[in-house]
Amino acid sequence: MSKKESPIKTIIVAVVLSLVCSIVVSFAAIKLKPQQELNKELDRKRNILIAAGLLEQGGTQGEIEELFKQVETHVVDLETGELVEPPKNFNQRKFAKDPETNKVLEGKADIAGIKKRSQLANVYLVRDGQQLDTVILPVHGYGLWSTMYGFLALEPDTTTVVGFKYYEQGETAGLGGEVENPTWRAFWPGKEVLNEQGEPVIKLVKGAAQNEHQVDGLSGATLTSNGVENTLHYWLGKDGFGPFLAKIRAGEI
Amino acid sequence: MAFDTQEAKSVLFSPIFNNNPIALQVLGICSALAVTSKLETALVMSLALTTVVALSNFLISMIRNQIPSSIRIIVQMTIIASLVILVDQVLKAYAYEVSKQLSVFVGLIITNCIVMGRAEAYAMKNGPVMSFLDGLGNGLGYSVLLIVVGIIRELFGSGELLGYTILPSTANGGWYETNGMLVLPASSFFIIGFLIWALRTWKKDQVEDNE
Repeated sequence: MSKKESPIKTIIVAVVLSLVCSIVVSFAAIKLKPQQELNKELDRKRNILIAAGLLEQGGTQGEIEELFKQVETHVVDLETGELVEPPKNFNQRKFAKDPETNKVLEGKADIAGIKKRSQLANVYLVRDGQQLDTVILPVHGYGLWSTMYGFLALEPDTTTVVGFKYYEQGETAGLGGEVENPTWRAFWPGKEVLNEQGEPVIKLVKGAAQNEHQVDGLSGATLTSNGVENTLHYWLGKDGFGPFLAKIRAGEI
Repeated sequence: MAFDTQEAKSVLFSPIFNNNPIALQVLGICSALAVTSKLETALVMSLALTTVVALSNFLISMIRNQIPSSIRIIVQMTIIASLVILVDQVLKAYAYEVSKQLSVFVGLIITNCIVMGRAEAYAMKNGPVMSFLDGLGNGLGYSVLLIVVGIIRELFGSGELLGYTILPSTANGGWYETNGMLVLPASSFFIIGFLIWALRTWKKDQVEDNE
């Protein structure tokens, strides 16, 4: 056995290598973390602004921060529909996983295919003076391959769509992935998602939409389109933001 | 160790056409299918893989005389994995939009056979500089193929290149009926197949003997 092969040498090489590599990796992770968090935060704000029709595309960091000043961030208790004091470090996705703060959805209740949801949810409000101007709701639900996350912006009547923007999805690029396509997004403003009774009635249809309760489905992506429809039905329904939207219609918020 | 320019050139350029890792050795196909639906992702992925394979070759070659052969694969994997994490973190920090689209595929560079293959086949036997060039060359060979596939798929699949409209599609009020199949990963199989066919027609010595 050569010197290179002795067990002690092997262990030394393994330990030294692991040490060096772990130091390099953790150093990079810590160093780059603030920048990454900033990107995520900026991306979230950008998408909220796009949904609310306050921003067209892109936008530099300065522009986004400036525009976002008009947006109020709130936390709502989905059960009662009331605005609550945000808990420390509120993160809706983390809260959805924690058995203390989530609600498990089973069978028919889980039309959006999300299994669990947080009891609390973020909502974003834009006001024009004292008057409520836009309500922006975060929604998510399962498409064909992935959970799709988006923001739905509504007028104060909680029925008319201002904009609808997906910002995270893993659907087939070019087919289901077209939920992010600006052309498709342009179908949404002006559509009416609820009926007179405040129940979600929006439908994604094959071919061209016939009335304000219908939106063109994505061609070649029926299952993704179904996912979008189910997501909206869940989040606008009484298990989702229903109680909160009712309060807005009653003028309580 | 004398530096042989002739050899350096051949190490750097032969993987591009003569010994292309994807076309001839048929390695690293998985990511070539997954990230080529757009040219932009193909470019960033090429850059990421080239960086990883060049640096891992360089580092492994530097310590090749210290690596006990009983744990050499693990040592190689550790170095490669660390580099991939670095690249992934940098992308997340400075190219957030693209890294969102590449999702898991940057992480999967760790399992890309090209990286392991070059470490084991070349870097373990040659000096750091030559190994670096070999990694660079193989990264470029991978990149060329990915970029060609990316161009074909984005141009004919969505009528765009790097997000700019080249062929106005009917969906956006133009005349070009986009080819939906090209945006699906499976289409890369056909494109890569045709490219290999073209390459072997051009360079006959790559044709394998009948078994």
